[in-house]
Amino acid sequence: MTVPRLADTSTAPPGSAVPRLLAGLDAAGSPVGLDEHLSRWGAVPWRHAGASLIDDLEAAGLAGHGGAWFPVAVKWRSVRGGLLKRPVVVANAAEGEPASSKDELLVARLPHLVLDGASVPGDALGAGRVIVYAPRHLLPGLDAAVAERRRRALDPVDVEVVEAEDAFLSGQETAVVNALNRKAPLPAFAGVETIRTRGVGGRPTLVQNVETLAHAALIARFGPAWFRAVGSPGDPGTMLLTVHGRGPMPRIVEAPLGTRLGDVLGLSADDARQYWGALLGGYGGGWLPMSTALDLPLVESEARRHGTSLGAGVVALLPAGSCPLAETARVVRYLDRQKADQCGPCVNGLAELSALCTALAVQPAALGDGVRPLLDVCALVEGRGACRHPDGAARLVRSALAVFDHEVRAHLRHGPCAHVAAPGRLPGLGRIELGWASPDRIRRGR
Amino acid sequence: MIRRRLALVVDPVACDGHGVCAELFPERVTLDRWGFPVLEEGAVEPAHLEHAERAVVACPRLALHLVELDR
Repeated sequence: MTVPRLADTSTAPPGSAVPRLLAGLDAAGSPVGLDEHLSRWGAVPWRHAGASLIDDLEAAGLAGHGGAWFPVAVKWRSVRGGLLKRPVVVANAAEGEPASSKDELLVARLPHLVLDGASVPGDALGAGRVIVYAPRHLLPGLDAAVAERRRRALDPVDVEVVEAEDAFLSGQETAVVNALNRKAPLPAFAGVETIRTRGVGGRPTLVQNVETLAHAALIARFGPAWFRAVGSPGDPGTMLLTVHGRGPMPRIVEAPLGTRLGDVLGLSADDARQYWGALLGGYGGGWLPMSTALDLPLVESEARRHGTSLGAGVVALLPAGSCPLAETARVVRYLDRQKADQCGPCVNGLAELSALCTALAVQPAALGDGVRPLLDVCALVEGRGACRHPDGAARLVRSALAVFDHEVRAHLRHGPCAHVAAPGRLPGLGRIELGWASPDRIRRGR
Repeated sequence: MIRRRLALVVDPVACDGHGVCAELFPERVTLDRWGFPVLEEGAVEPAHLEHAERAVVACPRLALHLVELDR
């Protein structure tokens, strides 16, 4: 996969320092070297295990950009080891979401910002190991950057680089820990004991997304007030987004939190008519009607209020001339294929949900009871997996039924629309044909 | 004595849907249409704790746990 070209980030209000993370990016597309990185940002002032950095992260209000938006300070405080059980820090660049490429951009082009970020919790938590977990194609660049830092003895804890599997669930934090413990890279049940007390090698473990860590590396240098100078008071700082549907290539944009999504996308209400809707938060996220999407402030609580999530910052615009129900069915089929095959409700429920969504798109007459069976399966899978994979699939389906209600009713009344056979427009799903579902499968969905 | 508030949780990775839990503790456990347990949320009433413990011990996959709430 090629690193997408960079969007212009002229959406920044004047006088504020945006882009931040991407400020050092080289327009030619080569990675920013160590000297250039240090001359821009300076060295990280190591504070050594102690509370002050975590207090700064709390004051900064940094939340996790891997998709969960969980407060970083709370997470780091829960990973407390000791001299006998020093914690393990994992900088997570697995980015299994196929529509997201912002972590790939960070690692490929700003490896030293990512490595600073990996070392910051390594230092603050007194870690015994720091591991960068990244897909294979990013390893040569990471290895070279780590080697250069090693020569200059830059990092307080030696940094290891480990290959991540290329799969939707590979970045899920318990799956990361399983992989690093040489088990199958699949999610684990965290209900009794979490990785924060027993993770990699049985040690307390922090798994944190690389973008989050890059922000932490800048907070370690410049402090919480600097961080809060951009963004909104409740949701400070910036975020990276991967935008699909504005031009032939995906674009990576850095925007202050709280920015109106329409401004990030550079779309007017008039332009928006060429799209069916916007999928926010990736394939476990949810659809928004364009009118809602344009006015949505980039804030997780607002996204949740509209039945979706900012997730890892994916925005996919679905152009007219496609069938939103067929697109949704393709995504659900992809999610069904990418499930870990571990938890009964997800194994059974996602297979049924996929068959039902396909039926709604290409064979709606087979759904005698309308969308009721789809909602029933959603309710049966939600909250019942070891990870949130089934919840994401259910959220996507629920949002599609709500946002594309008019199309759903048209399909049920008149049969599939004219666009149902058009090739899929959403990125990274591979080739997914929506064949006719077997009537047996559909019946089981009732 | 401090009153512990205990709740049932199932490890969905370990669970194979044998259904023993629903047989032994129907007050809190039902099975979905695929045969996997659906647990009623919240603390188990003290009067039912014995049933809950029996179901936990009887699970052939050791997938059922009693955990303290408000941990």
